[in-house]
This record gives sequence, structure tokens and C-alpha cells, in this order.
Amino acid sequence: MQHGKYRFIVGFLAVPLGLYALFVVWPFIQSIYYSFTDWTGLSPDFKMVGFDNYSRMLDDDIFWKSLQHSVMFALLVPFVTLGLALFFAFMINVGGRRRKGGPAITGVRGSGFYKIVYFFPQVLSIAIVALLFAFAYNPDSGAINSLLRGVGLDGIQPLWLGDPNLALWCVMAVLVWSTVGFFVVLFSAGMASIPAELYEAALLDGASRFTTFFKVTLPLLWDTVQSGWVYMGILALGAESFAVVQIMTTGPGGPDYSTTVMVLYVYQKAFRDGQAAYATTIGVALLIVTLAFAAVVMRLGRRERLEY
Amino acid sequence: MKTTETPAPVPAESGAPVLKADTPPGGPRKGKKEGTTLNVFSHGILVIWAFMVAMPLVWAVMTSFKDDASIFGSPWSLPDKLNFDNWSRAWSQAHMSDYFLNTVLVVGGSLVGTLVLGSMAAYVLARFDFPGNRFIYYLFIGGMSFPIMLALVPLFYVVDNMGLLNTIHGLILVYIAYSLPFTVFFLTAFFRTLPTSVAEAAFVDGASHTRTFFQVMLPMAKPGLISVGIFNFLGQWNQYMLPTVLNTDPDKHVLTQGLVQLAVSQGYKGDWSGLFAGLVMAMLPVLAAYIIFQRQVVQGLTAGALK
Repeated sequence: MQHGKYRFIVGFLAVPLGLYALFVVWPFIQSIYYSFTDWTGLSPDFKMVGFDNYSRMLDDDIFWKSLQHSVMFALLVPFVTLGLALFFAFMINVGGRRRKGGPAITGVRGSGFYKIVYFFPQVLSIAIVALLFAFAYNPDSGAINSLLRGVGLDGIQPLWLGDPNLALWCVMAVLVWSTVGFFVVLFSAGMASIPAELYEAALLDGASRFTTFFKVTLPLLWDTVQSGWVYMGILALGAESFAVVQIMTTGPGGPDYSTTVMVLYVYQKAFRDGQAAYATTIGVALLIVTLAFAAVVMRLGRRERLEY
Repeated sequence: MKTTETPAPVPAESGAPVLKADTPPGGPRKGKKEGTTLNVFSHGILVIWAFMVAMPLVWAVMTSFKDDASIFGSPWSLPDKLNFDNWSRAWSQAHMSDYFLNTVLVVGGSLVGTLVLGSMAAYVLARFDFPGNRFIYYLFIGGMSFPIMLALVPLFYVVDNMGLLNTIHGLILVYIAYSLPFTVFFLTAFFRTLPTSVAEAAFVDGASHTRTFFQVMLPMAKPGLISVGIFNFLGQWNQYMLPTVLNTDPDKHVLTQGLVQLAVSQGYKGDWSGLFAGLVMAMLPVLAAYIIFQRQVVQGLTAGALK
């Protein structure tokens, strides 16, 4: 296999690697460098300013708000999403009534239907979902408030996205809504590969479904849950939270910066305010938060790997 | 005699499973009853969530057929007649047709490019030993966990300097570059699972490495290519952040951008029905494709996350 091997390797790698280096790796390196300059992005001139941008960032109230919101996105959204998804997946796959004569472990009736419907939002663009919910949340003519009026709850007509105390929760709920289905399907696939004997043994020992879930299903599914958490957290820190916050909330960034997130703040500083260098500084902070988040989840979640 | 005897086995037969089911499988009766309430409760929650997922979509479809007055007056009522002119207005006047065309061009180009370049890189990384192999592999998959927005600030100027800003082909190149990490990660794992003997046989028969790849390995990798292709198709079709930064010319807008743009401008014009028609127009093809290719879509999207 030696003949012409290196020529072949170079020939096959050159284009993909070149494209990747030019459009992905190089900009990453550049942006870390720019964070030590006073580059505006509007003119090609700039000079090194050391850690000026970083000290400015530490005094920037909006930065701290955005950091706080991003951390909430990374912790709460995956927690709620994965929790709901685990519950649904367990009910769909294992939670069925025990029918005599059938397999000991069955899903509820219509499990296939649920999996199809729950997965709907996953195929839609987060931008479209965000737009749809921006209208649903509209206090006067939106679907949610008029539904509340319809069932006689006229007294409860929140401003939703217009209320600084509610806006962030509304936005996070949309992310949960759109991603639960993906994890239901993912966990269902994981649960299907758990041998039925394990459940049968648990049933023979008189375990309730509650115990079965926490003592059998969850430990065996732990690897999937953990990587799902990291995956979801990275999305919630990055592209997904950018789309929902930018599209749904006024400003964008919400009333009184109540929904602004780091990724949106980077965008606004670079492309609205002409402060590219400062934007990359916030971007570096976002990178640190993302890597720290992944490291913490992987570390906290480390358990003995169960073979089955 | 016969008439009295024949009905007898019928209830006995249909009654048998009921009787069996009534006998507790070894536990006390109380546990059984608890299980039933729990069943009703948990099934109820499943139904409620299905409703919560479906209702916003149904609401959007309903709204897209109404006129503006009834959208504001009674958001949940059924449309009194099907206003198809909402749809035609959105398609032509609101430029949905242009956004569709742009999206098809961008996604078509990037999908082909991603699959070709991604499988080439993955094949070399999976099958050939050379210095720097591991480094390049980790360089690629490292891109999956970094916040893209950090790179987008300088990337804007890189793309601008190359004269690729606000062009379809520029967007295609960037889409490909940002799709490579997952594609290479997934396909490298896939090529490793394929047997080596076939490629070796082809090579012994005098096929070059390049020919072996295109005529032997790629056809064998088809299931993997389909999975990763669906994953990339949805990711690129639904992409919002990259075009928002790199594609600011309204004529070149892709679907997601165009809709957001439309929402902003219709806010002034007050053409909500047209906007909803546009939203549904953008949703339906993907939903329809999902329902038809359901199994493949689910496999494609979850393949990378499992193990």
C-alpha cells in the first residue's frame, strides 16, 4: 500500500484541511489576537493595548448580565430538557402496563406516534421556531394569552417577552420545547439496547417503576445523558441562544437587558457598535465558559462505566 | 341444543385474557391499582406534551389562512374561508420564492461539497498512518465544541477580503468549512468499521488509491453518507447564525433570514397573514420530508450522539 501513498494523502487532505484552516482555525486564532488590540473592525489600523479590553469587560455591567444569562442557559435548559426527555422516553419505552403473555417490558400504547410528534420541532429551524413563539407570546393577539382568555383566565394576561422578569424564562422555554423531542428519540434508542433480562430481574425483586428508573435505566444510560448534556449546553451557549434571543426579544436583548446572552453581545459589539476587538474579548470569555462547562460536566458526571 | 351451546365458548374465549389480566402477576392488588393511576397520569402527560408540540404548528397553519382582522380578533378560531392569497402574496411580493431559491442553491452546493470533502478527509484519517494524523483529526473534531461566534468576527473580514461577502459561493464555502468537524468525526468512525480486505483486494488488482476510494470505498460507505448527509442537510437548511453575519444583502437572503426580515418589515406594514403564510411555507417542506423519510432522519440525527 506504500506506492504513491503520501501523494494520495496530501491530495485528499489538502482541500478540506485548507478550507477548514482558512475559515475556521485561522479566524479563531485571529480573534484571540485581536482581543489584545483596539481594532474597531471599520478601519484596518489598530494597535496592541494589552489587557485593556479584559479589564473593561470586567467593569461592564451588561457583560456580567449576559454571562449570568448564558450560564443559566447552559445549566437550566439542559437540565429541564434532559429531565423531561428521560421521563418521556422511560414512559414511552418501559412505562407500559404489564400485559400477561406479552413481553415483561413494554412501552405505552402509541409509543411510535409520540416519538414522531415529539421530534417535529427538531427538523424546524430554530429561527422559524423563535418567530412562531414571538407571535404566540404576543400579549394581545398571541396564541397563549388568547388561550388563557378562552378558558376563563382573563385575570392572567402576562406581558411575557415584554416583562423583564419573565422574558428570559419565555426564551428558555422555547429552547426546551424545540429540543426535548430529539433527546426522547436519542434516549429511546439507548433504552432499547438495555437487555430485557435486567428489567425482568428488577421486576422479580419487586422494584417499582420509580426504582427501576433510578437503579436500572439511568445508570445504564448515563454516558448518553452526559454527552447529551454537553451537546445541549454548547448549543444553549452558542447558536441556539443567539437565534432565540435575537429574534424573540426586543432590543434585541430584552427589556432592560433582561435576556441578553454572551453570544448576542459579541455580535452586537462587532457588527452594530463597531468594536470588533472588544467583541472578540467577550468571545474569548464565551470560549472559556464553554470549555469550563464541558470540563465540569464531564468531571462531575464521571462514574464507573457499566458494561452490559 | 346447538344454539345454546355455540355462544358458550365465545365469552369464555374473550373472557380469558381479562381473567388472566385480573390475576395479579404476583403482587398484592393494591400495587396493581397504584400502577393504573400512575399509568393514567403518565399517559396523560405524554398526551399533553404531544399537544404542546403540535398546537403551535397547527395554530400557525390555521393563521396562515386567515385575514388580518380575524388574526387579531380571535386567534384560535378556525379561518372562515381559506385565504390563499396570503400564500401567493408571501410567495411573490414578500420574496419567499427568492429566499427558497437562494436556500436551495446554498444548501445544494454545500451539501455536495461537505460530503465529498468530508469523506475524502475522513477516509485518509481513518485508513492511513502518517505523522500528524492524530493532530489533524483532533483539529477537525475540536471545531465541534468551540463557540462559532468567536470565529465569526474575524471571519467576516476574511470573507470580505476575499471578495466573497454576500455571495452564494462564499456562503457555500463557509457552510462546508463549518460542517466538516462533525462530518469528519462521524465518517472517520464509519470508515474504520468497514472491512479492509476489499480495499486491499482492489489495490492488489492494480487500482490506484484514488480509484479504490471512489469506486470501492464510497459505495460501501453509503449508509454512513446518508446519515451524515441528512444531518448536514437539516443543519444547513436551518442555519441562521452564519448567514446573519456573512450574508447581509437582502437579495441573497436565505429562508430563515428572509423570514426574520419579513417579520421586521411586516411589523410596519401590518401584513401578519402574509408572514404566517411564509412561516408555514418554510415549515411544511421540511416537516413533509421528515414524515416521509422518518426512519432515516431520526437515524441521521441521532447517529453521532450514540457512542
